[in-house]
Amino acid sequence: MILDERLENVAVLGAAGKMGSGIVLLMAQEMAKLKIQNPDKAYHLYALDVSETALDGLISYIRVQATKAAEKGCVALRELYRGREDLVENYDIIDQFTNDTMAVIRPSLELTTLRNARMVFEAIVEDADMKIKVIKQLDSICSGDTIYFTNTSSIPIHILDEGVGLGGRIIGYHFYNPPAVQKLAELIPAVSTRKDIVDISHEIAARLRKKIIPSNDVAGFIGNGHFMRDILHANTEVERLSDTLTTVEAIYAMNKVSQEFLIRPMGIFQLIDYVGIEVCQLIMKVMSKNIAGLNLESDLINRMVEKKILGGQYADGTQKDGFLRYEKNRPVGVYDLEKGEYVMLDPDGWTQEVDAKLGTLPDGWTPWRKLLMDPDKDDKLKNCFNNLKSMNTLGAELAKAYFRRSKAIGESLVKDGVAHHTDDVNGVLTNGFYHLYGPVNDYID
Amino acid sequence: MKALRKPVYFTAGYNTVSFGSGRKEFHPKKSRPGLEHYITEAGKGAIEQINDVKHIDEGVIGNFMAARFNRQGNLASLMVNVDPSFEYKPMVRVEGACGSGGLCLTTATRTVLSDAADAVLGIGVEVQNPVKAIYGADILAGAGHYAGERKSGHAYFFPAKFSDRAGVCYEKFGYEKVREAMARWYEQAILNARRNPKAQEYHNGIDDLFAAGMMPPNPKVFCEYINVYDCSKVSDGASALIVASEEGLAKIGIDKSKAVELVGYGVAVADLTKEPPDQTKMTTVAAAVKKAYETAGLGSGDIGVLEVHDCFTIGGILEVEASGFAEYGQGFDFVSEGRTRPDGEIPTNATGGLIGFGHYTGGTGVRQAVDLIHQLTGQAGDCQVEVKPDRPYGLMVSMGGNDKTVVSCIFKKAA
Repeated sequence: MILDERLENVAVLGAAGKMGSGIVLLMAQEMAKLKIQNPDKAYHLYALDVSETALDGLISYIRVQATKAAEKGCVALRELYRGREDLVENYDIIDQFTNDTMAVIRPSLELTTLRNARMVFEAIVEDADMKIKVIKQLDSICSGDTIYFTNTSSIPIHILDEGVGLGGRIIGYHFYNPPAVQKLAELIPAVSTRKDIVDISHEIAARLRKKIIPSNDVAGFIGNGHFMRDILHANTEVERLSDTLTTVEAIYAMNKVSQEFLIRPMGIFQLIDYVGIEVCQLIMKVMSKNIAGLNLESDLINRMVEKKILGGQYADGTQKDGFLRYEKNRPVGVYDLEKGEYVMLDPDGWTQEVDAKLGTLPDGWTPWRKLLMDPDKDDKLKNCFNNLKSMNTLGAELAKAYFRRSKAIGESLVKDGVAHHTDDVNGVLTNGFYHLYGPVNDYID
Repeated sequence: MKALRKPVYFTAGYNTVSFGSGRKEFHPKKSRPGLEHYITEAGKGAIEQINDVKHIDEGVIGNFMAARFNRQGNLASLMVNVDPSFEYKPMVRVEGACGSGGLCLTTATRTVLSDAADAVLGIGVEVQNPVKAIYGADILAGAGHYAGERKSGHAYFFPAKFSDRAGVCYEKFGYEKVREAMARWYEQAILNARRNPKAQEYHNGIDDLFAAGMMPPNPKVFCEYINVYDCSKVSDGASALIVASEEGLAKIGIDKSKAVELVGYGVAVADLTKEPPDQTKMTTVAAAVKKAYETAGLGSGDIGVLEVHDCFTIGGILEVEASGFAEYGQGFDFVSEGRTRPDGEIPTNATGGLIGFGHYTGGTGVRQAVDLIHQLTGQAGDCQVEVKPDRPYGLMVSMGGNDKTVVSCIFKKAA
């Protein structure tokens, strides 16, 4: 069955979640375009979730996002609606495309309504048993040729394939958050995955303008394979710093080192909060369970989850408190695990003292945001990190250790057969995590 | 056209800041001053320069599309916000797309020439930022022919119209030459704007302006032959001045050293429903400027300072040609050689022009006249250029649509 036919009936499981809603948006826009080109055909995108309130939120979210996307893509949309004499102004065209996008979506609380789906994107909770149960139930009412794209970021695909008994009708299609914005999709075929599904996956990526990076079917894949170990390194460093700094100070220091000294978009603790602390814990568990001899566990994360401080985002996208407290999405405090309260950042007090202990940033340092679009980015990074190399302040030492550990993680992902090549590791970190450079580099050594 | 039947003076000029993206204090999500604020600020800025507001006999307000940008019509009545003494005085709103400001000047002039008034307050205003650029493009497209060309037009209707002109110029005169001249025009506009604290691009910090201007166009998201630096921005702002007779100038207590005399003007329109006869020429601009020269008995060799309507870089260059400063096809080299710079042969758009200062569409023509008053009377601050005694005249071109409604005025320092 060719892709265009499958796109007449698509389903998203966990449609109202953070990842699901982004996938609904992307697919609905694509299906709306097909509908404009093929007005005689029917296109349905079944958006399944467990809560009516969440589905209401999904519809509002899609309407706002679809309008924004139509505003941005109006040049091309005018061409698409060239034949519609009644649509004259940009306003008419944007409004029409938003309505056409909404018109393909069928929100649903009942699995049975999805029986016609020929392509299913699964984005429910990161729990293998749950995923297997839901897909199995759905597959029993769908045609025998329905194919599944799971958005898992950690569970091996072959486990889902075998668990449901799909005979290779499933592939890992790991969008990055938020799916509508992030360019990367990690593609994870299980050994059993059918070849035509791999081909279709590439075709969808081309239509959605996503960059595909292949990963082998090893728990955590490339993205979390690197990220989780990066977290553990930060955790170990926080413990190591306990001679000279309190835990609060050390978390602040490592967040600063990983963001500013390494010129990354977010510090490591901010990134954990962004992804969700419990989500990180879950991914570590899945990886430990599925990779022989691996035991990933972060004491700091476990303690935060025990305290039920979980990070993640509110429905409107604003950041919830986690390791850090946020105001307008900017960190303003650090959680004190001993006292069970946030210690606010104090630029004239303790944070200044920690900053002084870390020392100044290297000469030639430029903030991440400024370098992002800079055509001389590579030279500037090289120069800055070259200066970092000769520094021996606490901040510089922590940054260099971070560099080395991150590189070692990247190399071991290739050695352990997770990634095909270090370029793929670097590609995931630069495209999925918005790093300016990949972890496997020669900046420091 | 006949010469003016009596002297008409322009004075008491005032510009607000041209507000919009580029200004440090601008944030699209923060609340901003509205239409009423700009009309009042500009109007007060003018009348505060005279001895007594009671001597203002009438008012003219130039505006293009407040009815859509701000859902507000009947703008003449809003002029009373400037001063309560305007209640029950004759006020009128004029419209000619982005040439509305130019029409404001000539309407005020005709009122004075008719002896109906001795002092007329002219205001030009547009507040565009309440509408996102993609919808603003719809509104501005009203300067073209809606029934005839909007449906077939581009999402960014007017940028595409001038992109088409650039495309034909590339073909006819060579891509390198034309593209370089357009980038030089941008560079010059921003350098001038950086000397003008009220300019929208006053804070522009781009290191290599020429390189930015040379950025290849991206037809997927914008136009085929021009980039965003070739375009004036979305602006909020207003300008005001007073147009007066000899008696009027005395009544409002303005010394002639602070006034300029309008020595000639021309107005010309072309058929809105038709394509330009030649994409490489601004024929209506040429017609209006010719009339201005004829009424003044002057030629381009007499002009020492120039204000053209560079809503797009290509338009600015073609207008320099249409105004007689460069031969047909020579405008590109003329600009690239720096002959329109403040220290060049004919200083052009010395306060930034529409690209650098900003373009509050219906108000821009008034802004141009205000800047020429300042240049010719030595009040232009850091933007002051040397006006040589053998070429003491200032020329301006105010244009609506794609070379459709054009006003050209020539001024000299009052004596």
